[in-house]
Order: sequence, then structure tokens, then C-alpha cells
Amino acid sequence: MTLLHPRHRSALVFIACLALFTIGVTLAAQFGLVSTSFVKTLGKTLCLCLAALAMDLLWGYAGILSLGHMAFFALGGYMIGMWLMYARTEEIVVAALANGGLPATPEEVLQGIATQIFGVVGASDLPAIWSFAHSLPLQLALVVAVPGVLALVFGWLAFRSRVTGVYLSILTQAMTLALALYLFQNDSGLRGNNGLSGLQNLPGVTAGQDAVSLWFFWASAAALVVAYLGLHAIVSGKFGSVIRAIRDDEARVRFLGYSVEGYKLFVFTLTAVICALAGALYYPQAGIINPAELAPIASIYLAVWVAIGGRGRLYGAVIGAALVSLLSSWFTGGRVPSIPLGFGTLHWVDWWLVLLGLTFVCVTLFAPKGIGGLFDRFAGVHSPDRKGAALGPDQGALMEQEAKQ
Amino acid sequence: MRLIALLLAALCLMPLPGLAQEAARIVEENRALIEKPSRQTIGPVIAELAASGDAMADDILSAWADKRLVVRKSDGAMFIAKAEGGALALTALDGSPAGTAASTDVTELKPNAGVRGLIATALVQFTLSDPDPARRRAALASIAQDPTAEALEPLRAAIATEEDPALKGKKERLERLLTLRFDPATEARVAAIESFGADLGLDLRAALNPLVATTRVASATPPPGNIARELRPGSDLSEDEAYALLVAAGLAPARLTVQDQRAALLAHLRDGMVGGLPVAELNTQAARDRAYTALEASGAVPQAATEDEVRAALAAARFYDVYAEPDPAVTAAALAALDRIATRVGIMQAADLGLDALSLASIYFLAAIGLAITFGVMGVINMAHGEFITIGAYTGYVVQLFVPDYTLSILIALPLAFAVTFGAGVTMERLVIRHLYKRPLETLLATFGISIAVQQILKNVFGTQARPLTSPAWLDGALSFNDVVSISYIRIAIFVLALVFLAFFLWLMKRTRLGLEVRAVTQNPVMAASMGINPDRINMLTFGLGSGIAGIAGVAIGLFAKVTSELGTDYIVQSFMTVVVGGVGSIWGTLAGATMIGGLQKVIEFFNPSNTLAAQTYMILFIILFIQVRPRGIIALRGRAAGD
Repeated sequence: MTLLHPRHRSALVFIACLALFTIGVTLAAQFGLVSTSFVKTLGKTLCLCLAALAMDLLWGYAGILSLGHMAFFALGGYMIGMWLMYARTEEIVVAALANGGLPATPEEVLQGIATQIFGVVGASDLPAIWSFAHSLPLQLALVVAVPGVLALVFGWLAFRSRVTGVYLSILTQAMTLALALYLFQNDSGLRGNNGLSGLQNLPGVTAGQDAVSLWFFWASAAALVVAYLGLHAIVSGKFGSVIRAIRDDEARVRFLGYSVEGYKLFVFTLTAVICALAGALYYPQAGIINPAELAPIASIYLAVWVAIGGRGRLYGAVIGAALVSLLSSWFTGGRVPSIPLGFGTLHWVDWWLVLLGLTFVCVTLFAPKGIGGLFDRFAGVHSPDRKGAALGPDQGALMEQEAKQ
Repeated sequence: MRLIALLLAALCLMPLPGLAQEAARIVEENRALIEKPSRQTIGPVIAELAASGDAMADDILSAWADKRLVVRKSDGAMFIAKAEGGALALTALDGSPAGTAASTDVTELKPNAGVRGLIATALVQFTLSDPDPARRRAALASIAQDPTAEALEPLRAAIATEEDPALKGKKERLERLLTLRFDPATEARVAAIESFGADLGLDLRAALNPLVATTRVASATPPPGNIARELRPGSDLSEDEAYALLVAAGLAPARLTVQDQRAALLAHLRDGMVGGLPVAELNTQAARDRAYTALEASGAVPQAATEDEVRAALAAARFYDVYAEPDPAVTAAALAALDRIATRVGIMQAADLGLDALSLASIYFLAAIGLAITFGVMGVINMAHGEFITIGAYTGYVVQLFVPDYTLSILIALPLAFAVTFGAGVTMERLVIRHLYKRPLETLLATFGISIAVQQILKNVFGTQARPLTSPAWLDGALSFNDVVSISYIRIAIFVLALVFLAFFLWLMKRTRLGLEVRAVTQNPVMAASMGINPDRINMLTFGLGSGIAGIAGVAIGLFAKVTSELGTDYIVQSFMTVVVGGVGSIWGTLAGATMIGGLQKVIEFFNPSNTLAAQTYMILFIILFIQVRPRGIIALRGRAAGD
């Protein structure tokens, strides 16, 4: 059985754990042991895990440290949010006009929707980018197409001129900043800093939020499983070997005749699309999206999750994202008891970020394997003995301590 | 007070008895007219009084306008009265005091509003020739603020006697401004307009703009008056606007809005039918129009313009822009003058834009110069650089808490901010960065961790609200060259500071032992070490230096930006961009990068002034494309210095 090859063991264990977790949460929700908002938090966390998975493929396997992938995540959210908001507003407008005595004309409905959505930024016409918002299939296609094309164009421009290492990181950061600043304008056509809201109300669905939150939880879990299997297949095959080689020594791979730029571009675009899909699942659970979600810091957090979980291991990314984001919402939620010190009180809401920042510095300095290192130690996997040399000369190359023998 | 001053002035004129009696004589001769004045007849009397040259004429006229000119009931003599306690202090018309009288003993002359207006105009001449220059200046300012045709003649009369050259210049300028608006002769107005050339004064533009103001008129035939141009609906003005003009002119019925139509249809809803159509079918605009037309035909609703009628009405009517100013020669001259001014203003705006761009460039340069050392020279990506800027700004704030004198506090804050951030930088280098010298991506992430921790600590200590960092008073205000070009002193100070840092950096790198060692360690650490240089020490000092400069930049930036814990975050991406675009490793590159980014951002903002966010967006897009053309920046190091 090829499936039981040791190479696939981690994937099987991961899927088993996730299945158990999903069943457990579903049962707990059915018996009222966990609140609807907590189910939503778990669903959102699974989406973040999905984005971290993509980041791990990009950074951990291909050595490209993108600090802009949350832009694709948010773009995916915006695309699905446009349909959710349009359809929901249409329901409300049609209902309101029907009370007026005359059946509504299409023009009246359109005008009503535009006024409802854009009154807040002082406009009353639907911008051109909302042309497809009436149709779910078209807008779903845009969820993939808009971030995909953006990543393709950006990646093509960047890789073609051999922008690598930290320069690429800074450039991606600039990209997400530019996008965020653009969306902050009121005339960007996406409601400026108000963003899109009310996304938790699914049009045409009468079921309560407790049911809807479970649906999204299942969908997020399913997406995570599918993406995990797909990425696992990619990294354990020949393609995975090539991108790992690009990570460690790009020049040598190029001299061997591989189209390095093509591989990088594929990985960059694929991960952007995965992030977009994760975003499209995330924001209906969050209920609101605004341009602050595209701030460069969000993308850096993505890298932090992967680093803490241990890069170059798919399960590491998932564990890192889940652990840090759940801890983050626990600490900033104000439910953690404050610690009284002699000279004052330690409020976790205020000091959690300090703890996270310093933890992160320590992980980078002392535990490059992150949490994944614990699993390696448990499984008896050791680092190779390369006398301190990294696996390759490139900036993204794995360090000796990160690598497996 | 004023009366006493005038009395003193009048006393000085006493040696001229003939003149001093002149006003009293005129009043006496026209007594009947003055006691019962009318706007039509009193003009010559006021003019004669004003022209008499008697210093009392001013007092008499102002007292008359203020209803203080009184007639004593006992003998019918006329006096100027002034309330003094319960009684009135009287002054004879020749200026001599005449005792007091009870207010019941006299009758006040009460000129009506029209006459008071004539008197006020005549008085302008007196205030314009007042011995006190401050009063003359105030009179000029009040005329300039509210120019009227009546002020023109007195103003002209007051020019010749003016002795103060500055005031004379002002009077002449104001005279020409009034001439071009109010003079009856076309030639005089055109000459006045042309005498200004391409003057940049706002007052001139304020005087010229009303001359070329137009109103939109809809009419079947060309209207009388000075027509600017004919408008074509669809190209010069939208059809909706054109039709609204027609409706306003009463040439067409109002258009039916969707809401009105809806209300009218609902009002005539009978048994689920409107105008012969069932309600359920009224879900398109065409069906509603049909129903409304049917109602119109039956006379149930008023006629309203349909699309066809609107089109026909628009085709029949013609639309014009008509100047409010009737004289074509004047409007032509005014347009030409405004054109000249617009060209000149354009040039000046370009100069102003250049100054703006220069000051923005120096801000970017200041924010990036520390980074040019740590990132450009050492190759260390320090995401906490922005936090060093913030720490510098907060240092300035804390110093101002203890040192209330702003000049002194800034002088203390600059070196202190350097010391604090130098210490922070050295600590960070020792604890974190030296372990990661070969690992730029890990450095990026670790310093990011430090960045969020430091930012949160600052937030916990100083709170989230903005803290003031006040600049000394001598940095307030702006240096203005004319009405268009000006630059605030604080920006000049930042520009100077940026130049000082550039000179300091060049001196340090090219002329000192430390600079030599830094360059040696950067190019080849192993070789440098074998020459007896301690790379650890050099790296530590260089990093500390870069951080310290960031701290000083923080004080400068804090003077004009809000000091919050997120201050540095706003600059970090721009700073990295500046260094990358300029060319890593070259201070001239950083300078070029800052100049390009600052200049370009201002130019983009100029084309879209309402939207600085868009300017930043396009700026970053431009940088991404620029990197395509010159991946190593504007000034690319070649050979061994490039490090590869």
C-alpha cells in the first residue's frame, strides 16, 4: 500500500486528528456545550490554518518569504463579501418596495441597492466593479480570478527581474500596503474604510446562526483537508523536490535546466489562490471586512505562525496558526485573569503582544524548528551534521537545525 | 477721545480764521436743506462741505450722520453735541466750545438712511486723509474689503495728499482695483486692468473674477447683454441641466420623477387596475409610462414631460452663458488678464510644488538615513527601525514634560534621543542581530517580533492618544515669497537637519577611522578581522549609530506629526522603499531615492489634490515597476562593493 508509506504517515495522522476534532466540536455544539461564537472562532481559525498552509508551501518549501499574502486572503473575502452584501440588500430592498403598493421595477431595485450600500460613502450609483455582484457563480469565479491574476502579474514582474530574498519581502509588503491604501479611499468602490458588513447573514437562508456557523465550520475543515492532501501530494512528489532545491540553491537549479521562474510563479499564484479561498470562507464567519485587514502586519503574522509552528512541515504551519491565533483571541478577549504584581497588575490584554513578540524572537534564535521540533524529537528525527552550514547559499535556505536528516 | 483729538487738530488750524469759518458758513447758507434733507437735493451741500477744506467739516458731517447735530430751541443756533453725564456738551460749528445744555433744550437733526449713506461716502475722504496713518490704513482696509463705486472718487482725491509712500502705494493700487470695477469709462477700466499685467495678488483676482462671472440662460432668441458663449446641450452642459434651466425659465413643464409617477399611479389605483393596466404588470418602467400616459389622456393627472417632449423642448431652445458685466471690452480685457495671471500662477505653483517636494524628500531622507546605515551598509533588515523613530519622538515628549522652555527642550532632546536609541540599538544588536548576520529573512522576522513588543510597551506606557511635541515659537509661521509660494519654517529646519545628517554621514564614512573600519568590515569581515579590526565591535557601533540617527529623526518628525506608538510604522515601508529605490549601500542613492519618492508623491498629489491615499498607492505601484527597470536602484554599486 503506497498510502501507508512512512512518507504519508503525517498526512494520515493529521486528517485523523482533524476529523476527530470536527466530530467533537459538532457533537459539543449539538449538546450546547460550546457557544455559537466559539464555533465561529474555531471555523475562522481553520481558515487561518489554511492560509498558513499556503504560506508554508511558499516560504517553508519554496523559500519565498512573502509579506503580502494576507492581501490575497482579504481580496477573496471582499469578492465573496460583495455578493453576500448585494444579495442580502436586494432581499431587503425588494421587500421594502413591495410594501409600497406597486411591484418594483428593476431600475428601482438597482437604485435602492446602490443607495443602501453606498449611502454611507455619499454615493448612489453602483461602481463598475460591482457588475457581477448579482451572481454567485460569477463572484465565486472572481474569488479565484482576482487574487490569482494579481499574484500572477505581480509574481511575473518580480521573479522576472530576479527580485529575491528580503527585497521580495519588502516589495510584497509594499504591494499589500498599496492595496490597503487604495481600498481606504471612499471612491475605491468598496465602501472605503467602512468595508463590507453584515456578511454573516446568508441571503435566502432562514436557518439560525448556530446552524450556519456549523456549516461554515465543516466547510472550513473540508477545505483544510483537501488543501492539506493536495499540498502534501505536491511536496512529496518531484515538484516538491524541485521547489525545495530552489529554496536552498536557486542558481544551481537554474543551471540544471529547470525554469526556476516558472516554478516560483506557479507556487506564488497557487498559494495566493488558496489564501483567497481561505479568505472567502473566513469573512462570512467574521461578518465584516475592511481595508485594515490588508495592513502589512497581518501578512507578517502569517509568517510568524509558520515560523512558530516550524517551517517546511505542513502540519507545523497548521499547528502554529491554530495555537497562536487561538491564544491570541483568548488573551485579548479579556478572559484571562490578570496577574497581580507587587508594583502593579499585569493585564494580559495589554501585555499579550509583548509576550508574543518576545516569544517569537526566542523561537527564531533558539528553536528554529518551532513546535515541529517537538514532533521530530518524539519521532527520533535528527538534524544533519553539516558543521553549521545551511542547506544552501540562498537567503531562504533551511538552516542546519531546521533540516531533517 | 476722538473728539478731543479732533478739537486739538481744529485748534491748530485756528490761525486760518477764513478757512475755519468756511464750514459754518456753508451750513448757515443751506440751513433749510440741512434741517429737512432729502437724498435728491442734499448732494451738492455735502459735496461743498467736503470740499471746503475746513477741518470742522469732518466733525460736522460725522455728527450729522450720528444724529448729534442739534439745534438749540432757545435761539435756533446749531451745535455739535456730545453726551456728558446727564447733559450734552456743545461745540459750535467753528470748533469753539459752547457750554452744555440739557437734552430737552435741543432738537436733534435726524437724516434718513439715504442721506446718511451720502454723508458716509463723503466722510471716506476725511478718514482717507486723516492725520493718523493707522486710521488711514484702516479706512483703506475697509474699502478693500467692501469695495463700492462711491469710494472711488474720495479715494482718488486722497492720493495726491498722501505722504507715507507705503500708504500711497496701497491707495494707488486700491484706486486701480476700484477703477477697473466701477469707473464709468470703458477705456479707464481696460487701462486699469492692463496696468496690473500678471500681478499675483489675490485682491486683483477677487476684483477680476466678478467681471467674468456668467449666468446660464435658456431662451428661444439670443438674450440681450454681453454673451460669453452659446451652449449646446449634451456637450457643454448635460441634458438634465439644460432641461432644468428650461423648467426654471418657465419654458417647459417639470419632468416626472420616478417617485412622483409612483405616487400618481398609486393615487389612481382602482380595483387593482391603473390606467387600464393591472398592477402586477407595472414592474417595468415602460409599463408604468404607458399607464401614466393613459391617465394623462383621461385628464386624471397633470401633463408631465416624457422623454420625447423633453427632447423636442431641448431642440427648440437655445442656451447661453451671459456675463453679468455688460461691457464686452472690459470682459475681454479681464479674461486676458486672468489668462496671464493663470500662467504666472502655474509657474509659481510649480515652484511651490518643488518646495513641497523638497521638504517631503527631506522628511523621507531623515527617516531613511538610519536605515541607510543599518540596511544599506550592514545589510541588516531592521523592522524595528520605525520603533526607534517612535522612541526618539517620545524622548522629546518626555523632555518637554521636565523642561518647559521649548527651544532648550529640543536642544536637550536631540542628543538624548540619540543616546537612548543608540543604547537600544546596541542592546538589540548584542542580544539578537549578531546571531543572525547570515540570515536576513530570520533577522527580518526577529526584528519584527521586537517591533511589535516595543510598540505595545510604548502603548502601555504612554497610552493610545497622541502626545504633543511642541516646536519652539521661532519655528512657527512660514516664509512666504508671494501669495502662492510659501514654506513653513519647520520644514526649512527639517531640510537643514537632513543636509546636516548627509554631511555628517559623508564625513563619518569617508574621513574617520570608524568609517574606514565599517567599510572594511562590510566588504570583507574576515579580511578586516585579520587586519586587526574587531568586526563585533564595529558592527555594534554601526548598528547603534544607525539607530541613534533614527532617534534624532524621530524628534524632528514628532515636531510636525502626531506622536503615537504607531508613528514609526507609518514611515517604515516608505523608508525601506527609499533605500531600495535609491540603491542599497550608497548614501547618494538614499538621497536620490528620497528625492524621487518625495517629488513624485507631490506631483501625483497635485493632479489629484483631494486624495493623498491614492497618491501613496500610485507611488508604491510606481516603485514596484521601477524595480523592474533598475533592480539595484537608482545608484547601483558595482564590482566588489556590491557584495557579490
